[in-house]
Amino acid sequence: MKELICIVCPKGCHLKVDEENNYAVTGNACPRGAEYGAAELQHPVRVLTSTVKLNGAARRCPVKTNGSIPKGLLFEAMRVLDDVELTAPVTVGQVVVPDLLGTGVDVVATKSFA
Amino acid sequence: MYQLIVIGGGPAGLAAALKAKEEGLENILILERDKELGGILNQCIHNGFGLHYFKEELTGPEYAGRFIAQLEGTGIEVKADTMVLDITAREDGVKVVSAVNGAEGYMTLETATVVLAMGCRERTRGAISIPGARCAGVYTAGAAQHFLNMEGYMVGKRVVILGSGDIGLIMARRMTLEGAKVLACVELMPYSGGLNRNIVQCLNDYDIPLYLSHTVVDIRGKDRVEQVVVAKVGPDRKPVPGTEMVFDCDTLLLSVGLIPENELSRQANVVMDPRTNGAVVYENMETSLPGVFACGNVVHVHDLVDFVTAESQRAGAAAAAWVKNGPAASARTIELKNGAGVGYTVPQKLRLDAVDKAEIFFRVRQVYGNASIRVMDGEKQLAAFKREHMAPGEMERITLPRKLLEMAAGDTLTVEIAEA
Repeated sequence: MKELICIVCPKGCHLKVDEENNYAVTGNACPRGAEYGAAELQHPVRVLTSTVKLNGAARRCPVKTNGSIPKGLLFEAMRVLDDVELTAPVTVGQVVVPDLLGTGVDVVATKSFA
Repeated sequence: MYQLIVIGGGPAGLAAALKAKEEGLENILILERDKELGGILNQCIHNGFGLHYFKEELTGPEYAGRFIAQLEGTGIEVKADTMVLDITAREDGVKVVSAVNGAEGYMTLETATVVLAMGCRERTRGAISIPGARCAGVYTAGAAQHFLNMEGYMVGKRVVILGSGDIGLIMARRMTLEGAKVLACVELMPYSGGLNRNIVQCLNDYDIPLYLSHTVVDIRGKDRVEQVVVAKVGPDRKPVPGTEMVFDCDTLLLSVGLIPENELSRQANVVMDPRTNGAVVYENMETSLPGVFACGNVVHVHDLVDFVTAESQRAGAAAAAWVKNGPAASARTIELKNGAGVGYTVPQKLRLDAVDKAEIFFRVRQVYGNASIRVMDGEKQLAAFKREHMAPGEMERITLPRKLLEMAAGDTLTVEIAEA
């Protein structure tokens, strides 16, 4: 039995995950907590948010992965973003890096620039 | 003349303006100090916003972007890069807002109602009087966040963070991902001021130690921070001699609290609440100045932007009602007092005739497990709400129906915490 704090939402439920019983989760207030608890002990994943260069602007363009990627890939993913440059116009949701590191997850812009 | 001027174009101001428009106001102006709308959400590039309001997890810029997109076609006027200098209420009830910007110069704008949505500021090194050298390399966490997320500058390579509020925790992760080494997060209190999920995903994920009941007792360095000295504190929150730890670092980030930014409100003689550092507000977010409303972090510091949006929509709707129907009148006003364990309540005053169900927000003063929130009329308990877990880092909310408020014998009710 392993105790975890759920990070799916700000509520922060205290989960108990039974590794010997098919990763059954208790203490969760919603189904997403059960999903998180079971996944966290088997293959932890995170959404990555960062910024990329925006040519011709005095600010960065914020981006995110549009799904979770394996926790172990976070730093490698950050290195991929180092070389990304965008130029306006940028639309929120626009794919910036498709299929990040073969995960099937895209990096997308989280703000529009006219 | 405007029907409504909203001061501040962050999440609070945007929600208030949009709601007022939806409720029928035509001439609405948003005044924003920054070059773009969105407020602090622009630099909060992490996700976790909008779970209550949009039922999905958005980043800060996405959350703000949804409201900014809604402005289109509404006719709501926006002046960005504009600084409001002063608000005065004329004897005829008209409010005069003076403001200045580079394109139009000094201007005075007349309006029937005002929504104050200026947000809050970070407490600085000076506010908490950290001793030591006055070298470069000491930043508030939010300033570092602005440098990194908006402008693309790293503020340091080896970092100690004082305070475990959410911004500090978020910056611990962000600096780590960008290649810095975060040596420690240091918290004066025996519990974190941030959300549990942020302790997990920002500190634990990257093996950053959290030192509870510790504080910074010295900053060393000539031109730039070279060392930060951390010591344990006793139950009196005073450093315990002999417990010092020295961290070799070039940067100290401060995440030591937020203060509502109310210079304009004070200048306008709005009655303030010393507990929140925000205006005293009625059930509809109206301040002591008739027709002047306040919402969001300028009233009290929220934990989630979703609650800012909800509160600001109430303020926007109330401004619209004020223009259409005139001031809210009520034969009876109940004042809410904070009892044991409760730091403050918002709203502080309830006009009974204007209340259907009053949503009361507050923060507790310490961590509680299995406790009840009690609404007391003197010694008599009118209502109790059980909670499994409460912490100062999380805003609490109770809903009081008008029927219950009418049971009050006098004109005050007290909200308090009772441990089971």
